[in-house]
Amino acid sequence: MQQESAIREPLILGDKTYHQITEDVCAPVEGKANKYWFMVFSLSVMVALWGIGCILYTIGRGIGTWGLNTTVDWAWDITNFVWWVGIGHAGTLISAVLLLFRQKWRMAINRSAEAMTIFAVMMAALFPGIHMGRIWMAYWVFPIPNEFGSLWVNFNSPLLWDVFAISTYFSVSLVFWYIGLIPDFATIRDRAVKPVSKMAYSVLSFGWTGDAKAWIRFEEVSLVLAGLATPLVFSVHSIVSMDFATSVIPGWHTTIFPPYFVAGAIFSGFAMVMTLLLMVRKVLGLEGYITRKHAEYMNIVIVITGSMVGVAYLSELFISWYSGVEYEAYAFLNRATGPYWWAYWSMMTCNVITPQLFWFKKIRTNLTISFILSIFVNIGMWFERFVIIVTSIHRDYIPSNWSMFHPTFVDVGIFLGTIGIFFTLFLLFSRFFPVLALNELKSILKSSGDNYKKQH
Amino acid sequence: MSKAIYALYDDDEVMVEGAKAILSSNVRIKDVYSPFPIHGLENVLGIKWTRLAITSFLYGLTALTLALLGMWYFMIHDWPMNIGGKPNDYLLQNLPAFIPVTFEFTVLCAAHGMAITYLIRNRTLPGFKARNPHPRTTDDHFAIEISKDENSGVSDDEIRTILQGTNPVEIFEK
Repeated sequence: MQQESAIREPLILGDKTYHQITEDVCAPVEGKANKYWFMVFSLSVMVALWGIGCILYTIGRGIGTWGLNTTVDWAWDITNFVWWVGIGHAGTLISAVLLLFRQKWRMAINRSAEAMTIFAVMMAALFPGIHMGRIWMAYWVFPIPNEFGSLWVNFNSPLLWDVFAISTYFSVSLVFWYIGLIPDFATIRDRAVKPVSKMAYSVLSFGWTGDAKAWIRFEEVSLVLAGLATPLVFSVHSIVSMDFATSVIPGWHTTIFPPYFVAGAIFSGFAMVMTLLLMVRKVLGLEGYITRKHAEYMNIVIVITGSMVGVAYLSELFISWYSGVEYEAYAFLNRATGPYWWAYWSMMTCNVITPQLFWFKKIRTNLTISFILSIFVNIGMWFERFVIIVTSIHRDYIPSNWSMFHPTFVDVGIFLGTIGIFFTLFLLFSRFFPVLALNELKSILKSSGDNYKKQH
Repeated sequence: MSKAIYALYDDDEVMVEGAKAILSSNVRIKDVYSPFPIHGLENVLGIKWTRLAITSFLYGLTALTLALLGMWYFMIHDWPMNIGGKPNDYLLQNLPAFIPVTFEFTVLCAAHGMAITYLIRNRTLPGFKARNPHPRTTDDHFAIEISKDENSGVSDDEIRTILQGTNPVEIFEK
């Protein structure tokens, strides 16, 4: 058995036993949802339906229903795409990178963070899909021989790299998540009383038995998948940033983009994990597992990556002046002082200034402030993508082409709709899936559990 | 006639000590069922470490080759085009632009190949029946399985006496 230093704070609070962990995690699945769950769920479904309506309207009428024009031909859609992909980064980071670093605190949060990743990537993938206009031809993005003969996709293009990156990221995250879920579904299956849920969880648990060899394979697969997913986390957002960085648009054409986007993605992902988990622990009564210490660890990640993002913003400004390229210099001057100054300064405030408060231990261990600041980060990161995309193209090389972007109700509806769909999926997840990796938690109970630590 | 005798424990450390004691009295253990991975158990039971990581490497290697071969065929051999003046006379010249897709495809196949192999090797696929002897082995109990065929030299009563000495909560046959 592993021993852990006594001065390390316990990760599982209260007088828990193996059985108590099972009881606590299975309670939301086996019990009935409370009225708050139904209230939030109905609201999410309504917003989701509105969003789906707007998506269908877009598909029916075309991209003209959006506020795009010939100058600003990428706006909210790509902003939302990058925002959602960024949010999707924390889940795999928590489950893969933190697994490689043997961080035990990941076990209480990895399951819901991965679920968040999967739903966020689904929302992200929606945007390039509907932006194509003719979504029924979406299969053209894949290198398959088609009815036009040997017309191949362009492997030199970052847009195609993105297709590979997003689909690999999505499917590998899904598999990683599901492999972890199988033993936990088996636990629910063996406890189920009602025949319908017994059958459903039997199918979902794939007949998991939990013999010694299976657990060895389980650990090996988790480790190797983590090793494979780690570079994947970094590659996906690097490739997303290359959609911009390989172009010749001032404000986009910078080599700093890949690391800057990756840091921003981890930053926004952790903020969203924070927003969701602080709600989940309260609603599902999991305060003993998702503790103040977990929140503090996540806040530390947020302040570090937030500072990296801040340094990136400042170096962009410096380089735009130092390069001596007047177009580049203007792009940044226009961001900070042009018609979209409010977006730029919202981004600066929410991403660079407010997260710095987490340097104070009192603030980063206060859950209410953490929750509020995590929402600030979510807003700030949306504005970051908006600033990068819209302010860079709305005033390009020819002043007669200059224009502004005004979102229509369809733009707004689709964006809010994806938030609705995301929350609908997440709420369903919290009712039917084990929200904590309960079997993994049991393996750290004796080394990091409150009551066991006191005995030593 | 039941095929195996099981000893059920409510603690992993007691179970591991029990397994050592059973093995030292020359009774063979067929398998152990537990709700979570127990580190060091493979040494006690003498189970060889899995080779799944090697399969992952092989799937990845195959994917790497396929990706490069495919892109060479599509972009250089079958239908070469001038795209932004990027040099594409031969693979090496065009290679930098092919790295992202090669990487992604390698990870895709290595991960999925290994995951499928894992599911098949564990006999866990949709519709398969669970084979754990007791429903609580996925909750908080640990079971040691002793096959009667493997221990034909020892009588059932002897096995039961040995198991009784290892502090189980229950002994049952199935």
